[in-house]
Amino acid sequence: MNSLNISLPGLELKNPIMPASGCFGFGREFSQLYDLSQLGAIMIKATTYEPRFGNPTPRVAETSAGMLNAIGLQNPGLEKVVNEELAWLEQIDVPIIANVAGSQEEDYVAVAKRISAVKNVHALELNISCPNVKTGGIAFGTIPEIAKNLTKKVKEVSEVPVYVKLSPNVTNIVEMAKAVEDGGADGLTMINTLVGMRIDLKTGNPILANKTGGLSGPAIKPVALRMIYEVSQQVSLPIIGMGGIESAEDVIEYFYAGASAVAVGTANFVDPFVCPKIIDGLPELIEKLGYEHISECTGRSWKKHEKATHYCS
Amino acid sequence: MIRQEQCTVISQIKLAENIYELTLQGELVHEMKDPGQFVHLKISEGYDPMLRRPISIAEILPDQSQFKMIYRAEGRGTAMLSKKSPGDYVDVLGPLGNGFPITEAFGGETAMLVGGGIGVPPLYELSKQLESRGVKVIHVLGFQSASAVFYEEKFAQLGETYIATADGSVGTKGFVTDVIERIGFDFDILYSCGPTPMLKALETRYPHKNVYLSLEERMGCGIGACFACVCHTGDDPDGYSYKKVCSDGPVFKAGEVVL
Repeated sequence: MNSLNISLPGLELKNPIMPASGCFGFGREFSQLYDLSQLGAIMIKATTYEPRFGNPTPRVAETSAGMLNAIGLQNPGLEKVVNEELAWLEQIDVPIIANVAGSQEEDYVAVAKRISAVKNVHALELNISCPNVKTGGIAFGTIPEIAKNLTKKVKEVSEVPVYVKLSPNVTNIVEMAKAVEDGGADGLTMINTLVGMRIDLKTGNPILANKTGGLSGPAIKPVALRMIYEVSQQVSLPIIGMGGIESAEDVIEYFYAGASAVAVGTANFVDPFVCPKIIDGLPELIEKLGYEHISECTGRSWKKHEKATHYCS
Repeated sequence: MIRQEQCTVISQIKLAENIYELTLQGELVHEMKDPGQFVHLKISEGYDPMLRRPISIAEILPDQSQFKMIYRAEGRGTAMLSKKSPGDYVDVLGPLGNGFPITEAFGGETAMLVGGGIGVPPLYELSKQLESRGVKVIHVLGFQSASAVFYEEKFAQLGETYIATADGSVGTKGFVTDVIERIGFDFDILYSCGPTPMLKALETRYPHKNVYLSLEERMGCGIGACFACVCHTGDDPDGYSYKKVCSDGPVFKAGEVVL
């Protein structure tokens, strides 16, 4: 019996494991290493209307149990992503989640409209949370009303379900989640990176040319788990969780927090075979924990708590 | 083909001040072809350091399934790497990137190999392969001081070798460009690896020569997926076109990318 298949809006997943946007390019590099059709889905690199070169280098810096990046949404632009990258991905039996980014509302809408019409794009991930671009991006992700309106505008034109990627760089994550739910989002992906900095001891300057960058990796896992735990109890949207996942155990922890699927980001850089390894390890772990299907794990941390409270009263 | 393998440490030798030669054994050696490729090393099992470290390949020994790297123990990761002893394992991803095109040099021709500091190591395998093809090799190698010099004799066995040191403690005082200026070599092709200012100087000095340069950049994944090590292309210096140092390079023809 398949203990890993998951149905989410727009997505029939063989398993709930997918590489996170920005950590997997458009799949070509990893396709030299393993068969990508093993993956539940692929979240492709953020696409903007116009091509973007991104930020100057250095674009990455290491930190304890994590890394900072400030790539700056480098991508070849909508036309090339559709005609070259998505066309290439056609040959692989895997649903694509297209990450849509922009610096103004019209950009998001134009990209969403066109890219959602591509056959192998099964869902959009609305990137309102990139910390590394000067305009747009994170502004859309930190003001609830703006996030809601953008979600609404994108929903009007999208031919596939829209997942909104939330930023952890906010005071009240639940408020943001509720706002995009009101805007018509079909799901949430969380979390994007946390804004951070590292400074070179020799020069006294920030290591990243962009000065600040997004922190990812195991260091942010507790933050993501806490936010998913809070949000999943307050909204009815499915959540694709991410932040420092690198093992089957991490996946279950995210499900327990309230996720219905997960994305693997930074770990792909450390071990490029991490996604298939996690997929291989999950069935045994699920069985060991006494479940028949991974979906039974979603929200266990708070569902169990509710039950316990009930018994006490 | 790129492989991931736990390679065994055969030897770890201190060659100069903070400079180590590490020999590893593993089957992925048989995937190594062009000199100038690199491997991406996971130095510890935990999160310290978390990311891999890109290190160039200094010598390929297919008969023993071994390869050598020469690196400087500078940051935390390489300092930890220098503590590995024979019998230990290192998680290796590779070989990665595109190396120096050796078929661009023909038997009887002269190749000048210019290296600076920790950019010198990949030139050793390059020199060996060129020499075995009947190419005459001239080496011009720059170091900070006498205490940082390594492989001088090994290069000398393959061809004429000139050393420059910043403090003049060995060879010519100054940079490799000072040696080149003074002697005025005649050559058909130039290969170089080292600090960017040195590569720029060579590119500017020989606009009409066949010149190949190996670049260094901070990397994330090492396979072209993360876009950390991107540079502008020479024909579109302010535009959107780009090359990735890890997967399009690290060796580029002079002028192909903006240094």
